[in-house]
Amino acid sequence: MNPEERHIFSVLVENRFGVLARVAGLFSGRGFNIDSLNVAETHDKSISHITLVTHGDAQIIDQIYQHLNRLIDVIEVTDLSTAGTHVERELVLIKVATDDPQKRTEILQVSEVFRGRVIDMKPASLVLEITGDEGKLKAAIDIFNTYGILELARTGKIAMLRGSDF
Amino acid sequence: MELKGAEILVDGLKREGVEYIFGVNGGAAMPIFDALYGETEIKLIPMRHEQGASHAADGYARATGKVGVALATSGPGATNLVTGIATAYMDSIPMVAITGQVFTHYIGSDAFQECDVIGVTRPICKHSYLIKSSDEIADVVAEAFHIAKTGKPGPVIIDIAKDAQNNEAVFEYPETVDIRSYKPQVHGDRDQIAKAAALIKEAKRPMLYAGGGVVLANASEELRQLTLNTQIPITVTLMGLGAFPETHPLAMEMPGMHGSCCANYAFTDSDLIIAVGARFDDRVTGDLSKFAPNAKKIHIDIDASCIGKNVPVDVPIVGDAKSVLTELNKQVSTADIDPWRDQIQEWKQKYPFEYEQKSDIVMPQYVIEKIYEHYSDAIVVADVGQHQMWAAQYFKFTEPRQWLNSGGLGTMGFSLPAAIGAQLGCPDKTVVNINGDGSYIMTIQELVPAITMKLPLKVFIINNMYLGMVRQWQELFHGKRYSAVDYHDNPDFALLAQAFGATGLRVEHPEDVEPALQKAKGITDGPVVIDFIVDEEENVFPMVPAGKGLGDVIRGLS
Repeated sequence: MNPEERHIFSVLVENRFGVLARVAGLFSGRGFNIDSLNVAETHDKSISHITLVTHGDAQIIDQIYQHLNRLIDVIEVTDLSTAGTHVERELVLIKVATDDPQKRTEILQVSEVFRGRVIDMKPASLVLEITGDEGKLKAAIDIFNTYGILELARTGKIAMLRGSDF
Repeated sequence: MELKGAEILVDGLKREGVEYIFGVNGGAAMPIFDALYGETEIKLIPMRHEQGASHAADGYARATGKVGVALATSGPGATNLVTGIATAYMDSIPMVAITGQVFTHYIGSDAFQECDVIGVTRPICKHSYLIKSSDEIADVVAEAFHIAKTGKPGPVIIDIAKDAQNNEAVFEYPETVDIRSYKPQVHGDRDQIAKAAALIKEAKRPMLYAGGGVVLANASEELRQLTLNTQIPITVTLMGLGAFPETHPLAMEMPGMHGSCCANYAFTDSDLIIAVGARFDDRVTGDLSKFAPNAKKIHIDIDASCIGKNVPVDVPIVGDAKSVLTELNKQVSTADIDPWRDQIQEWKQKYPFEYEQKSDIVMPQYVIEKIYEHYSDAIVVADVGQHQMWAAQYFKFTEPRQWLNSGGLGTMGFSLPAAIGAQLGCPDKTVVNINGDGSYIMTIQELVPAITMKLPLKVFIINNMYLGMVRQWQELFHGKRYSAVDYHDNPDFALLAQAFGATGLRVEHPEDVEPALQKAKGITDGPVVIDFIVDEEENVFPMVPAGKGLGDVIRGLS
């Protein structure tokens, strides 16, 4: 068995109904896994950008790349893990229990460390927004877990290649 | 000028040069059938089951190289097309399947005869469109045909809501199609082709391995040139039979599970495999860990995802077989491999396809040999099972598109409707349908349109009263526990043919085989069905048991 690697694919697709189903179907039909998936319209309304994180050995990653390319509605596929250096971000919303004022102060201090923003505050809870790479989000989630996470939602990774130097 | 959506569709099909549409009418497709009523440029062929319509469109496409068109209504009409669509998809056959869909305002409401056909067919088509508005139809038809026939061909589905068929729109047919996300690569990389030529020069035991892609790319001529230029022995897969004449001394016949020992031994001993339009299918390679252990591999294929999928490849070349072979032909010369050629000839002579002839019972292989003697120029449409393998083994194919069969999906019931499509597409050819008793009855209803159209099909049933291939596996691997394969309750197919209105003959003795085939030749005003009652428990050999290496072939006769 060859070693498994995580890969981030950046996929530009036609912004039409059914395209996501074709991409997802490609994975489900072959037993490949999607670790995270993010889809949204780009500045060009006719194009959507999919950031897809998956894993597999070199042969499976190659198959994923080829099959994505084979879909008629796929305009461009880039394997960001091999195509050069890239930047990536993920956003997480965390609702944390703040049942006593002392705890709330502490949570706000911790949030500062992660450059989090408070986007909702209620007597017994608050919602934080934190962005960053996977490692940072994991660290944040681990810490806030000790205070009691009531609810959590994350976007999945979005990523792109760095700009060229010239 | 404004036209109804259904009329726009029909006009678009005319622009695409469609001659025949194979269909079954139904509620949600009625406007389309109405637009085809009295149409002379496109002939509507009413089939008796939608599966028959999709196989007929497929057979037409395989025989002619043009895009086949099937038409059905929503819901059950569409789901009945599915087997034919999947069959075409597995063998990369250019096809456009058109389905009616319920009114747009009913979509998603579980309306009568509603089915999400786009969802159902997503993994078995090259692309699909749901049309909800008449003004989309012209562009979609042009795109669908472009996608179906270019690159790696395949079926495309157009699902049209009934109101889009009825509503009017301006008919403007696009002169050209440009899809920014779809640009199939035609020409192979020059450096890679040069690398391939260099490997061919060095090889001591090279072999060509050609598949259905050569037929699809109309590259048989280029393949012949490559073989003759290099004098390298060649094996052609089940899907490619006829791409290189099997009668040529360099031909090793087909490889794989029921292929020739020569081709299989050659794979095992070869030091260079030049694969063209073939995909190292499991039925060809057997156990991959034992497959061609000493060979470097050059793989020419239009579909990048096919390369390296099953077998690691040393020189991948993505491109159209015709273009790549044309380039490669400029860079190769006769290979200096006499000892290897001698070895191949020795295997060929030592291990031909063979069977034991019997005097009192008709041997299935004997029937095929006689069919070959009488119909060597015919288009042969086979079904799936033992008879298919015997036909592949004992009929010597010399031309591309002479042999049609469902190789990838292995769809029983494929052949009779496919033969109808082939005969309509090639009216000057004799079309022979070699069928099994199990597969014949799966789409027997399509005898009706064949009779109505007076198609001179030769339907030859190799009848062993069993689901023979499964019975063979049960005999060899399941201790002769013949579960659900006993077809001794078959009807009398000769009488049944007569009841349909065709000529029906029954042959039970070896001496009657030839006279019956002779008689069939003289019947040209409609189909003739000959029910050949053959040895019930004859097996297909050679055989590489599933999961074994090609070297573990069971040769059959000792």
